[in-house]
Amino acid sequence: MPLAPLLRREGLAKLSGREQYVDDLDIPGALHGITVRSTSARGTIRNIRFDPEIDWSSFVIVDHRDVPGLNTVKLIETDQPALAATEVRHIHEPVVLLAHPSRRALRKAVRAITIEVDPLPSVLDFTVRPTPEQIQHGSDNIYKQITITKGDARSILADAPIIVEGVYRTGAQEHVYLEPQGMIAEEVDGVIIIRGSMQCPYYVHTAVCHALGREADQVRIIQTPTGGAFGGKEEFPSGVAIHAALLALKAGRPVRLVYDRTEDLAATTKRHPSWTRHRTAVASDGQLLAQEITFLLDGGAYMTLSPVVLSRGMIHAAGPYHCEHISIDGRAVLSNTVPFGAFRGFGAPQSLFAVERHMDRIALRLGLDPVTVRQRNLLADGQTTATGQVVADGVDRQGLLNRALSLSDYAAKRETHRQFNIDTPDRRRGIGLTTFFHGAGFTGSGEVYLDSKVAVAGLPDGTIEVRTASTEMGQGTTTIFTQLASDRLGLPPEAVAIAQPDTAVVPNSGPTVASRTAMIVGRLVQEACDDLRRQLSLDATDRGNDVAEAIRAWHRTHPNGLLLGQGHYRPPPGIEWDEGTYRGEAYGAYGWAAYVAEVEVDLRTYGTTVLDFVAVQDVGTVLNTTLARGQVQGGVAQGIGWTLMEECQWEDGAMTNNQLTNYIIPTSSDIPPIRVAFQETPYPHGAEGAKGLGELPMDGPAPAIANAIAAATGAEAAVLPLTPERLMADLDR
Amino acid sequence: MTPPTSDVALGFLLNGSSVSVTCAPEDRLLDLLRGPLRLPGTKEGCGEGECGACTVLLNGLPVNSCLVPSYQADGATVETIEALADERHAALLEGGATQCGACTPGVAMTAEWIRRHPALGKRFPLSELMAGNLCRCTGYDGILKSLEAALTDDEGTA
Ligand code: FES
Ligand code: FES
Repeated sequence: MPLAPLLRREGLAKLSGREQYVDDLDIPGALHGITVRSTSARGTIRNIRFDPEIDWSSFVIVDHRDVPGLNTVKLIETDQPALAATEVRHIHEPVVLLAHPSRRALRKAVRAITIEVDPLPSVLDFTVRPTPEQIQHGSDNIYKQITITKGDARSILADAPIIVEGVYRTGAQEHVYLEPQGMIAEEVDGVIIIRGSMQCPYYVHTAVCHALGREADQVRIIQTPTGGAFGGKEEFPSGVAIHAALLALKAGRPVRLVYDRTEDLAATTKRHPSWTRHRTAVASDGQLLAQEITFLLDGGAYMTLSPVVLSRGMIHAAGPYHCEHISIDGRAVLSNTVPFGAFRGFGAPQSLFAVERHMDRIALRLGLDPVTVRQRNLLADGQTTATGQVVADGVDRQGLLNRALSLSDYAAKRETHRQFNIDTPDRRRGIGLTTFFHGAGFTGSGEVYLDSKVAVAGLPDGTIEVRTASTEMGQGTTTIFTQLASDRLGLPPEAVAIAQPDTAVVPNSGPTVASRTAMIVGRLVQEACDDLRRQLSLDATDRGNDVAEAIRAWHRTHPNGLLLGQGHYRPPPGIEWDEGTYRGEAYGAYGWAAYVAEVEVDLRTYGTTVLDFVAVQDVGTVLNTTLARGQVQGGVAQGIGWTLMEECQWEDGAMTNNQLTNYIIPTSSDIPPIRVAFQETPYPHGAEGAKGLGELPMDGPAPAIANAIAAATGAEAAVLPLTPERLMADLDR
Repeated sequence: MTPPTSDVALGFLLNGSSVSVTCAPEDRLLDLLRGPLRLPGTKEGCGEGECGACTVLLNGLPVNSCLVPSYQADGATVETIEALADERHAALLEGGATQCGACTPGVAMTAEWIRRHPALGKRFPLSELMAGNLCRCTGYDGILKSLEAALTDDEGTA
């Protein structure tokens, strides 16, 4: 039975302005904090000069010497200092922290501090091999290198009569979550309490314990309602939390460290820029014979999550197609740019843009319809992906494609565009298509290592509280978990509370990333409900009042007792992954999709308008239609921005257009109607048959739109974003 | 109006009650609302008039309160998100107009202004009228469709 529909639970609080984000919290006596940053791309810190015009005694001043634990932001590696000590690796790298009661005084003080640096040779182009003087990581500046091999692509390519080649590039993208980064820290009875905007409370917890040299129970992290994240609040908040904590410890008072927009745009992580080359052997009927792919990511100045972003990008790089011979070689490399990090899609939008734009190039070269090339190669059940994973999920991938074609009126539009383009002197229309997939959950054995845990507490009044570290950042965790728990125990939604993620209260259900929350953690919520029922000696037919009454009765006999149902991750059977060879089940489940974009290009301005967008996907069972549709539409809009207008401009590795005035994201007048359809093939190991959803819609817009622009104008459309300037150069080549 | 150079005392009608405050000459209306007036429902998304998260109604018209010097509110009528009754939000809640909520109070205030002037919605596309409110989550469809539904409802009950 489908879950009962439920409106977004915290929706009214958000609409009415009552929801309290971190900067809305009234913390008596709190100081404001600010970060003083490097103005050099790379070099040795010679001196930090404080202008004597300012009375520095009224400021709390923190530098690397104030870090009580290890001076690194712990993540995959510990290469990134919490505060630079002797050397800086990028402009905007944090060096000094200040706190003061007045924000205005702080802004003035930042300008009165000069960080003097003896420059060293920097790397500003990640596609160029570094010189010895530029080496800063290992012996070659390579953060991670991965090879995926299936069959023998090289020998097939050596004898292939038809080889199609192409090089594709994508630029950085800013998350532009509407609420900037922010944390408030204070020490209470020896415990450092940090509240703030984040996706992953336990990541922050680990990083703060590490940098502050504290035991786990001396640090408490509480997520405040989070005003958007999209990956931008996956790893970055750890550093902000450490900074706020350092200031609070030195000040002996609470400190609020909230970024303004210009600082947020300049200093935070962004989507990795990419460079991809495809060499593909094809038969004349469009069948893929061999794919050779090189995939490079710009990692920026510190490693952050680049190795895993690379990994996900590569696993998706060959597209949702069957090919016997695949060779993918990938590297994430250092540059002296603000570190790149997690962003919705996590490497897959980059590699899928390349392969999907390339598929249209193949069609063009062979004189085939792009639809035919995809129909011929789409994975069928029983066939294998690039890592050798057998696909056997029963999803009708050809059906998805057909549905997208009919909803978008693809064939008829191609005809009318042909005529339109003859009749209209200065405008061109085109329609473009993409088929793609997105693996849900952590890659390979990642979910096993996460070892996620969930608890459902039965409370004395007979209601329950779901305790997980999974955060609500707009994507709907609170509502989905309520629906799942309420359905499982037959309790009304009002009898289900979702605990605010607080590391002192909730178990570690893993990070809120990788489209894993509904599918994996949701499933654990169901299991914890079942466990609660078992502890109450109820059977599956006992629902609603029986459950509430049993909980109350338990508490009567166990005064002050803790009644907790638990859920604990176990991998579904048959998941085998070899990290050494990159062979096996890369993901427990994949979402599949076919997207179609229709565009009009104005040949006078080279501006592109998206006229229509159709997004058809199979993400398993849809748990909440309004939320799911909203995720798809939001992801598509973000994808449209990345494809057509969002461009970080760089100077010396620093973003120079760090204002919403000149870093342009789509407004309501830039977005076409986004028509969303779901095909629902239940995934047996996900909550109620659900698979991951959040990231998938970010993957499709770029190739669909670029293919449409190419169809309309004959452009190469191989470099994103396709701004008017770039499209003009492309068409004038 | 010449900008003042020292602290200013202002009085205005805020959500139906008169208030008087003293503020620094460079304080923005947004600072005043979120700070001394303790109305944090109005959000700051950019501080430069691009995102609309700080939208309030000033003498009945939507403005970006991050661009309004406080002294300009003297003698004016200011309405913030806190002034709207919960029932006013039903259509937006149902239609999926909010996700993360950071843009939402601003969106709700612009929507309120359009609802008070339904003729606007007939003359201009809603997607143009709402183009001053950036939303990074919804892709706008949830906002536009629910506003459309609200306008239809309003018409029925008018
Ligand atoms: S904060 Fe005022 S427009 Fe963005
Ligand atoms: S709901 Fe998140 S920005 Fe609009």
